[in-house]
Amino acid sequence: MTTVQSSREFHLDRATHGDVIAHARSDFPYEVCGLLAGRDGALTKHYRIPNAARSMTFYNMDPKALLAAMNEMDDNDWDLLGIYHSHTHTEAYPSSTDVELAFYADAVYLIVSLQDPDRPHIRVFDIVEGRINERTLVVDGEQRTTR
Amino acid sequence: MGIEVRVPTVLRKHTDGERRVSGDGDRLGELINDLGDRHNGLRDALVAHDGSLHRFINVYVNDEDVRFIDGIDTPLSDGDVVSILPAVAGG
Repeated sequence: MTTVQSSREFHLDRATHGDVIAHARSDFPYEVCGLLAGRDGALTKHYRIPNAARSMTFYNMDPKALLAAMNEMDDNDWDLLGIYHSHTHTEAYPSSTDVELAFYADAVYLIVSLQDPDRPHIRVFDIVEGRINERTLVVDGEQRTTR
Repeated sequence: MGIEVRVPTVLRKHTDGERRVSGDGDRLGELINDLGDRHNGLRDALVAHDGSLHRFINVYVNDEDVRFIDGIDTPLSDGDVVSILPAVAGG
């Protein structure tokens, strides 16, 4: 498995960035998960989706909540821009399970790490056919370097 | 009339980009076989070698998850809407 630092960026506004971290903290030590929808790359809606697994090491988006979100995106012609979940005890890097189950190649995968609870951080990846490419996260125009 | 099937982006490569297709079948498995005859690769994307639905594919009939009905044997009627979504899961 190789990781390439790509020149591609992923943009988030500060409010959504904060909301995603707040969501991750809300069910600690369990993993949380959610979706980011948008149009032309601009965010239109943040969905908090229940983790049906309610586990510290696994997430599986609640199927009914997932369908409702996807149908709303479809009805509004929004794209699925991002899929996020938290790692409560490990770094913000895709696990082998994350790579194996990355079925949505058109979306980016955001991982929120709470490994250091005082310094939660988000990293963003494209995961396509087993290959991981990290994107640069830009929050309100400010580049976040997390390593 | 048949059964309408909502196809997610990731599976539209099997349906020439169509987001909705239609098919026939008295049960979900029959519908999938019918679709598979016309949409190459779709059956294998949904059904495992043992004939059950793949673990990480969600299939819904009228928004109900078929895991809580009869899985691949879930009965269908004309006018039903079947939705398919790969699970969003990981570790």
